[in-house]
Amino acid sequence: MKSAVIIFPGSNCDRDMDVALKKFGFKNQMIWHNDMEIPKSDLIVLPGGFSYGDYLRCGSIAGKSKIIKSVLEFANSGGLVLGICNGFQILTETGLLPGVLLQNKYQKFICKNVHVKINDKENKYFKNIKKEVLELHIAHNEGNYFCSDDELKSLINNNQIAITYCNENGKEADSYNPNGALSNIAGIFNKNKNILGMMPHPERVIDKSLSSDDGNFFFENLIENFK
Amino acid sequence: MKVKVIVTLKEGVLDPQGKAIQQTLNGMSFSEVKEVRQGKYFDIEVSINDEEKAKVKVDEMCKKLLANLVIEDYKIL
Repeated sequence: MKSAVIIFPGSNCDRDMDVALKKFGFKNQMIWHNDMEIPKSDLIVLPGGFSYGDYLRCGSIAGKSKIIKSVLEFANSGGLVLGICNGFQILTETGLLPGVLLQNKYQKFICKNVHVKINDKENKYFKNIKKEVLELHIAHNEGNYFCSDDELKSLINNNQIAITYCNENGKEADSYNPNGALSNIAGIFNKNKNILGMMPHPERVIDKSLSSDDGNFFFENLIENFK
Repeated sequence: MKVKVIVTLKEGVLDPQGKAIQQTLNGMSFSEVKEVRQGKYFDIEVSINDEEKAKVKVDEMCKKLLANLVIEDYKIL
């Protein structure tokens, strides 16, 4: 299985993602944002970080970079595109995913582990995943998901809410929502579910020596679903 | 010519920075401050001399990049 991680100036989770993808058997390539073409891939990842210094709005400048045209073509032809953290922000700025990531409700950069519940398994990302609630890492200042009432209805009706913040038992409540995100949303799909944007970083928790290794469930399952 | 643009958050969209500024002003004894909404201001110099044409172009820029219409409104001054 071939994957490609796009590097923007200011990306800082690109190498973590490279390590994670390779650990589970992806043949990964790193692609510079100024390139025009992406080599044939099964999966494109927009990594976390602070692309273009978060100027204007998080992800807005990256959303207009040279490589994005190829990402759009790939995504619109059904290719799998995964955006983590800043990658999620870029996906909303390009219009591939609805809504926007606002500044956290309490104006703090949040860096900690959280639990998220998988809400939909009818997709290539979570089909057959062996754990329902994952302990993943978040590190963001703008993770407060927001969209219009109509968009939220459409997300719910089409089962596009991928993961939601919860406690270790999968219970959702305001107290487990770290950033004020609408309906505890931590990640969403597009309608066809080939595009996934999520604030938590599975690539940061793939080894027991780190604070959690639940990211293993995500990547192990992802490559299995390609076979 | 120069075109000026103001981008503001739509009503109803949470503005934590505006809220913090409001609370600080209240704390500085500006008790008359009821609400603060923070926005962005752009000074754009374009190589078009016709004001109408320049504004049409800047309007396109606002829609495509300067404002995120999900959460922001813009005004060309």
